Amino acid sequence: MLAHLSILQVVVPLMAAPLCLFLNRSKLVWLFALLVCAFTFVNSIFLLQQVMSSGTIIYQLGGWDAPWGIEYRIDELNALLLLIISAVGTIVLFAAHTSIQKELPESRHTLFYSLYLLSITGMFGIVSTGDVFNVFVFLEISSLSGYALIALGKDRRALWAAYQYLIMGTIGATFILIGIGLLYQMTGTLNMADLANRLAEVNQTRTVFAAFTFLIVGICLKLALFPLHLWLPNAYAYAPSIVTAFLAATATKVAVYLLIRFTYTVFGIEFSFSILPLQNLFIILGLVGIFAASTAAIYKTNVKHIFAYSSIAQVGYMIIGYAINTTTGLMATLLHLFNHALMKSALFLALGAVMYRIGSVQLSQFQGLGRQMPLTMAAIVIGGLSLIGVPLTVGFISKWYLLLAVIEAGMWPVAVLLLLGSLLAVLYVWRIVETAYFKPPLPGREAVQEAPWTFLAPIWILVLANIYFGIDTRLSVQVAQAASQSLFGINP
Amino acid sequence: MIAIAIVRTKDLLAVVMLTGIYGLLSASFFVVLDAVDVAFTEAAVGAGISGLLMLAAITMTGRTEAPKRHKPLLALLVVFVTGGMLIYGTLDMPYFGSFEAPVHQHVAPRYINDSMQEVGVPNIVTSVLASYRAFDTLGEVAVIFTAGIGVLSLLSLPQRRRSYRLDESKKELMHEQHMVVRIVSKTLIPFILLFALYVQFHGDFGPGGGFQAGVIFAAAIILYAMLFGLDTAKRVFNQTLIQLIAAIGLLLYASVGVVSLFSGVNYLDYNVLADDPVAGQHLGILLIELGVGCTVAAVMIIIFFNFVGRREAQQDANEQNSTELNNSHELKSTELKSTELNNTKQNNREGE
Amino acid sequence: MVLGLYNYWIVVLLMMIGFYIVIAHGNLIKKLVGLTIFQTSVFIFYISMGNVENGSAPILAEGLSRYSNPLPHVLILTAIVVGIATTALGLALVVRIKESYGSIEEDEIQIQDQLTEDKT
Repeated sequence: MLAHLSILQVVVPLMAAPLCLFLNRSKLVWLFALLVCAFTFVNSIFLLQQVMSSGTIIYQLGGWDAPWGIEYRIDELNALLLLIISAVGTIVLFAAHTSIQKELPESRHTLFYSLYLLSITGMFGIVSTGDVFNVFVFLEISSLSGYALIALGKDRRALWAAYQYLIMGTIGATFILIGIGLLYQMTGTLNMADLANRLAEVNQTRTVFAAFTFLIVGICLKLALFPLHLWLPNAYAYAPSIVTAFLAATATKVAVYLLIRFTYTVFGIEFSFSILPLQNLFIILGLVGIFAASTAAIYKTNVKHIFAYSSIAQVGYMIIGYAINTTTGLMATLLHLFNHALMKSALFLALGAVMYRIGSVQLSQFQGLGRQMPLTMAAIVIGGLSLIGVPLTVGFISKWYLLLAVIEAGMWPVAVLLLLGSLLAVLYVWRIVETAYFKPPLPGREAVQEAPWTFLAPIWILVLANIYFGIDTRLSVQVAQAASQSLFGINP
Repeated sequence: MIAIAIVRTKDLLAVVMLTGIYGLLSASFFVVLDAVDVAFTEAAVGAGISGLLMLAAITMTGRTEAPKRHKPLLALLVVFVTGGMLIYGTLDMPYFGSFEAPVHQHVAPRYINDSMQEVGVPNIVTSVLASYRAFDTLGEVAVIFTAGIGVLSLLSLPQRRRSYRLDESKKELMHEQHMVVRIVSKTLIPFILLFALYVQFHGDFGPGGGFQAGVIFAAAIILYAMLFGLDTAKRVFNQTLIQLIAAIGLLLYASVGVVSLFSGVNYLDYNVLADDPVAGQHLGILLIELGVGCTVAAVMIIIFFNFVGRREAQQDANEQNSTELNNSHELKSTELKSTELNNTKQNNREGE
Repeated sequence: MVLGLYNYWIVVLLMMIGFYIVIAHGNLIKKLVGLTIFQTSVFIFYISMGNVENGSAPILAEGLSRYSNPLPHVLILTAIVVGIATTALGLALVVRIKESYGSIEEDEIQIQDQLTEDKT
C-alpha cells in the first residue's frame, strides 16, 4: 500500500464525504470526519518522509503514462503543503462539534462535515496533481464547498459575502481556464512537466505571454493579493468560526502554492521573471497590501475583521519573499506559509471560543475577558505576538528569514518598510489586548466562563506549536530549504 | 447578437429565455465543430437545466432589474484590457482548423490511433473521459455532488406539514387546467426514461454517457414533479433516498478505483477488472458511467426539488397574509411552468 | 491572417460581453447570467481549437481517417458540469439573499449592510 499513499491522501476524504450522509448523526459524523482527517495527517507525514528520503513521488492514475493520463507528482513543496493542510484541518475539526452546536441548526451538521471534507479533498487534489486541468477541477471542488461553508454563517451578511466570493472566485477560475487553454493550444499537452519542456520552444510567442498573464491574474484573485482582496474580509468575518479558522489557514496558502508551481515549474524562473516586471510589481503590491490592510485592521471593530485584514497583510509578506526570487526568499515564503497557518488557525479558533461563550466577536464585547477567559485570551495574545514577529514565536522565524533575503538582495528600503509594517501589527494586536485586559467587564453581563476543553485543547496545541517551531526550527527550516532548493533546481 | 440583447434587457425573464437560446446556439455551433458529445451536454445543460433553475429562482426574486447603472466606465476599461490581452494572445495562435497545430500533433494522436486497442471503445471522447483522464471525471462528479450538498445546505427546509385541504384544491385547479398536457406527458415520461437509459449505455458507441443520461433522467422526474405537484413527486421519490443515491453514485465511481488498488495496480486502472484488459476497460467504464449517471440525476433532482420546495414554502407564508394575491401568483407561475416544459421537451427531441 | 483567426476573435468578443455583464451589472441574477455567457464562450474557444479542417466527430468508424481532437471535448464536458454546479449554487445563494435582504440589487444590499454596521 506504501506506493499508493499519494492517491489515498485525496481519495479517502473524497469517499468519506458521501459516506457522511449515511451516518446522519451529528456526533457520529464528527468522529468519522475527525478520524478521516487524522488519517490524512498521518499519511502526509509518511509522504513527507518518503519524499525527503527518496525524492519526488510520481503516481500515474489509471496506469496511463504521463502526458496521456493524469499523474500525481509530489515533491518537497507538495508534501509540505499537504502536511500544513491536513494538520490544520484535523486540529480545527476537533473543536467543530462544540462550535457548530451554537452556530448551525442541527439539520445542517451532516452537510457541514460533508462540505468540510470535500473542501479539504479539493485542496489536497490541487497540491498533489501534476496536471493543469486537474488543478482546475479540484480548485472548483474546494471553491464550491468553500462558498457553501461560508454561506452557512449565522449572519445574513455571510450570504452576501459568499455570493461575492463566488463571483470573484469563478472569474478567477475562468481566467485560469483561459490560461490553461492558451497553454494547451501552444503545446498540445496538459501535464506540468511536459508543459515545462515544450514551452521552451514557444515561450517567445504572444499567446504564451497572454496565457501567463491570465494565469497570474486568476491566481492572484484566489490569493486575495491586494488590490484583488475585496472578497476576503467579509467572507472570513461572517463564516462559521470553524470555517474561518480552516480557510484562513489553508485557502490562500493553496493559491500561493499554485503561483509558485506555475511560475517556477511550468513557465520556468527565467521566463516568469523576465517577461513581466513581476519582481517589482509584486514587491510594490505586497508592500502596499501590508500597509493598506494593516491600517484597515487598526480601525475595525469586529475582531474577526481585524484578523482577516491581517491575513491580507500576511499575503503581502509571502508575496514579497516570493518576488525576491532567491532561494532564501522563497524559503522565507514557504516558512511563512507554514507559520502563518499555525498562527491564524490558533487565533481564529480562539475567536470561535469567544463566539461560543458570548455570541459575538465585536471588540467592545471583549472587555474584561482577560480575566474571565484567561486561557483563551492568553492564546490570542501569544498568537498576536507571533503575528507581530516577536522572538521565540514562529512569526519571528519567518520574518527573520524574509529580512535576511531582502538584505541579501540589497533591497534596504524594503527591509525598513517591512519592519514598519510589523509596527502596525503591534497597534492592532494591542487594541485587543487593551480591551480584554485593561477595561472593566461589561456592566450587566453575567460572568463569562472559560471555553470548554474541546476548544482549549486544539487552541493550545496550535499555540504550543507556535512556540515550539519558533524555538526548534530544524524541521520547518529543513523542509522549506529542501523545497526551495529543488524548485531552483539545486540538488542538496 | 443575443449576448448583446442580454446586456440591454432589463426583464430578467426575457434574459433567461435569451440565455437558453444562447445555450442552444452554442450547442449547434459545437455540432458544426464536430463536438457532438459536448453539444449534447450543452443543449441539456445550457438550454435546459440552467434555464430551468434560473426561472425557478426568478419566481422567487422578482423579474425586473433596477434601471440604475454604476461605474460602467471602469468596467468597460477592465473588459477592454482583458479583451485586448486575449486578442493580442490570438495573434501567434495556429490558425483555426489547421492540422499542423501542436494540439493535433502531441498527445491527441495516441487517443485517436490507439484507443481502440487500448480501451476498445469507438467513441474516443468516452475513452478519454472515462479511462485516460478518468480522474478528472471523478473530480467532476465530486463537483456536482458538492453543488448538491451546497444547495441542500442553503435551501433545504425541515419537513413541513401543510393543510391537506388546500393541497387538494390546488391540485384540482392544476388538473383542470392542464388535462391535455398531463396526459400527453404522462405517456411521454416512460419514453424519456427509456431514452435516458439508452443514452447511458450507448455512450461507448455514439455520443452520450452518464452525465447526459443523468440530466435526461432528472428532466423526466422534474417533468413529473411539475405536473403532479412537488408533494406527490416527493412521495414517490423520497428525499433522503435521493441524497443517498447521489452519495452512492460518487462512492461507486471511487470504489472502482479502490478495487484496482486492491488488485495491486494504480488507482482507476481498469485492466485488472476482468481477465482480458479490454474487457476490464469495458467493465470499468460501464461502472463509472453508472456512478456518474446516478449522482448527476440525483443531484439535479435535489437541486430542483429544493428550489421549488423553497418557493412553495414562501407562498405558504404569503397565503397567510392574503390568499388572493397568492392565487394570481400561482397562475403566473403555472404559465411559466408550461413554457419550461416546452423547453425540456425540445431538448429531449434535439438529443435524439 | 484575418481569415485564420476571425473565429477566435468572435469568441473573444462573446467572452468580453459576458465578462462585462458580470462586473458592470448590479442585479445578482444578471451577474450569474453574465458568468454563464463568459464560461460558455470559453468553452467555444476550447472546442474551436480542437477542430480540424475536413475532420469528423471523434467516433471511430470505417473509412474515416481524420478526426477532431477529442481532448478539448473531454475537458469541456467537465467544465460544463462545473459551470452548471456553480450556477446552481449561485442561484441558491441569490434566493437566500432575496429572503433575508428583500432585494437582489447590489447597491441596495450594500446600503443595508452599511446601516447594520453603523448600528454596531
